[in-house]
Amino acid sequence: MLSLICLIISGGHPRGFLANKAYVFGEDVGFGGVFRCTTGLVDRFGKRRVFNTPLCEQGIVGFGIGLAAMGNRAIAEIQFADYIFPAFDQIVNEAAKFRYRSGNQFNCGGLTIRAPYGAVGHGGHYHSQSPEAFFCHVPGIKVVIPRSPRQAKGLLLSCIRDPNPVVFFEPKWLYRLAVEEVPEHDYMLPLSEAEVIREGSDITLVGWGAQLSIMEQASFEAEKDGISCELIDLRTLIPWDKEIVEASVKKTGRLLITHEAPVTAGFGAEISASIVERCFLRIEYPCNGPQCDITRNIFHLSTMHAQTTRNSNR
Amino acid sequence: MQQSMDFPGGRVALTSKMKFIFESSEQRIPCYRVLDDDGYPISSSGFEQVSREIAVKMYSGMVTLRNMDTIFYEAQRQGRISFYVTSFGEEAIGVASAAALSPDDIVLPQYREPGVLLWRGFTLQEFAHQCFGNKADYGKGRQMPIHYGSNKHNYFTISSPIATQLPQAVGVAYSLKMDKKDACVVTYMGDGSTSEGDFHASLNFAAVMEAPVVFICRNNGWAISTPVSEQFRSDGVVVKGQAYGIRSIRIDGNDALAVYTAIRVAREMAISEQRPILVEALTYRVGHHSTSDDSTKYRPIEEIEHWKTAQNPLARFRKWVQRNGWWSDEDESELHENVRKQLLHAIQVAEKTEKPQLSDMFTDVYDQVPSNLSEQERLLRETIKKHPQDYPSDVPI
Ligand SMILES: Cc1ncc(C[n+]2csc(CCOP(=O)(O)OP(=O)(O)O)c2C)c(N)n1
Repeated sequence: MLSLICLIISGGHPRGFLANKAYVFGEDVGFGGVFRCTTGLVDRFGKRRVFNTPLCEQGIVGFGIGLAAMGNRAIAEIQFADYIFPAFDQIVNEAAKFRYRSGNQFNCGGLTIRAPYGAVGHGGHYHSQSPEAFFCHVPGIKVVIPRSPRQAKGLLLSCIRDPNPVVFFEPKWLYRLAVEEVPEHDYMLPLSEAEVIREGSDITLVGWGAQLSIMEQASFEAEKDGISCELIDLRTLIPWDKEIVEASVKKTGRLLITHEAPVTAGFGAEISASIVERCFLRIEYPCNGPQCDITRNIFHLSTMHAQTTRNSNR
Repeated sequence: MQQSMDFPGGRVALTSKMKFIFESSEQRIPCYRVLDDDGYPISSSGFEQVSREIAVKMYSGMVTLRNMDTIFYEAQRQGRISFYVTSFGEEAIGVASAAALSPDDIVLPQYREPGVLLWRGFTLQEFAHQCFGNKADYGKGRQMPIHYGSNKHNYFTISSPIATQLPQAVGVAYSLKMDKKDACVVTYMGDGSTSEGDFHASLNFAAVMEAPVVFICRNNGWAISTPVSEQFRSDGVVVKGQAYGIRSIRIDGNDALAVYTAIRVAREMAISEQRPILVEALTYRVGHHSTSDDSTKYRPIEEIEHWKTAQNPLARFRKWVQRNGWWSDEDESELHENVRKQLLHAIQVAEKTEKPQLSDMFTDVYDQVPSNLSEQERLLRETIKKHPQDYPSDVPI
């Protein structure tokens, strides 16, 4: 059994991969990172490939762009997603536009920015945020969020090898709670492909990251009331897999999206708008007015987490 | 009393004297110069010998650049291109620093350094294509004029946001270091850029990572209409290096030989000692900030005139080159005529070259066009078909 932490150590960088023009860096990454995600890496790959940087997010991402532009795999860590904003300009104006603005003469596709995100129950204001929507407004980068350790390994390896800059948000809730077998071998999961993880016929539930386990519990509850839920993990937020969601909503006629992030201009609104456009005639609930609740969290987050934490402590 | 003590970060002397460090030293950091105002070399300057060939190429480059600026500026005034930025008064920095580098050194520019590209062989036609944003522009017409970039010249594509190239330069330099390349990175910025967080991030990163990068700040006195007195209260930019643990020098940016000599040495140290170097080149932005600016609104015309004439970097260097017997008045007029002809031709060709095609709007966002962008392209094409009159007729569909 492996936690997400171990997975990122063992799976994120199999032997040989780091040796081949890959670099892992960020605040406190050298000793293993505050979430212990990079433990043991320095010993295996040396201080010049795995290193601490000064405490400066714009520097970390700018530096990573330069490294990646030279054909390296730059794996940058932002200690908490809450602290990614000093690097916002480097991500939005630089990484995302590097290839386009140069007419494909230069690119920083080897850049992957990892950042733990989301609520764990005691993080307060600044260790809990889900800033994914800010980045979903930016053509030129990909935004990927795994739901489990097994997914995280396959998706992270795809992100690192993808020839485009990627922002990879790791649900830190999973660092502690989620455990499952993670295959030792090198494997990749496709980007921009959502996954139906539970088939159903009455309603489509769409989410990503830590929300998936909450939605899964919700669908068990709903089943008791005779409601059959189809559960979809979006996995990649941009460019996202409209087709899978569309097909599901055409079948169920109902859509519910949940995310931890604020609802206004959240990514749920984007999904809802696109699906309404594509499935207008199939949707049984009009998505407007007071019924337009499809992008609201189904549960109050902290209550839900408190509950799951209690359950897991038992 | 104990003499000194170990603190994290090293041993520090102890003192019973409470003394604040002054905000500035008594004397400003002097400025390294090789040629005096009359173009005579100052004997103690220890300048690098420059061959006739290099000297003439440097001077011709500066003259070519000035002509290019004059003619492209005019083309903008005539409405043929949308925007332009000149290097008037700062020609020596771009051209002479480029001359001091090897073609393998990687350049991350701001936007007032076309002299570097020119030195490396980017042609007047290539400059013109970019300014006209046609299909021969390597950037596929996606950016405003003057946002040049050329992979084959190791010259990263310019981006408008100020100072963003600086931390990237450190990453590029770290890559050169790890690959044990006999090359460094050279990155340019203006005085205004040094107020951006990215400037400070990059100096600090470069020092800590021991990256072979030469930072060249063109301190031309102005950031659009903001004078340096409203930009910072330090003794310019050069003093900021030491605070980050970076070796630094202040040079006369209007003295081509001083620029050439200092950059040669800076490059050598950056590579052999694997360390960053900061160079502050003092100069003056003789032109308006850009074609969108009228600098007489915020600074006296006499000041501009002084720098345009008495402190003209071309004139000073020419005196030296000509005194060496390497240049004549005939060479001068021949060059001007030649370059002007080439420029007019380049503009004509660029103007006639087709615009980039519609599909170029959607490519290169990612390595491949994802389905959401293909869908948007399809919708756009349908709309154009329905309302062709609302779309430019010169964009091939
Ligand atoms: C981040 C950012 N802020 C503002 C601007 C608008 N702007 C363009 S050039 C400029 C002044 C830059 O001055 P300086 O760095 O001294 O260079 P110079 O133009 O003098 O060569 C400003 C404010 C910008 N391009 N990017």
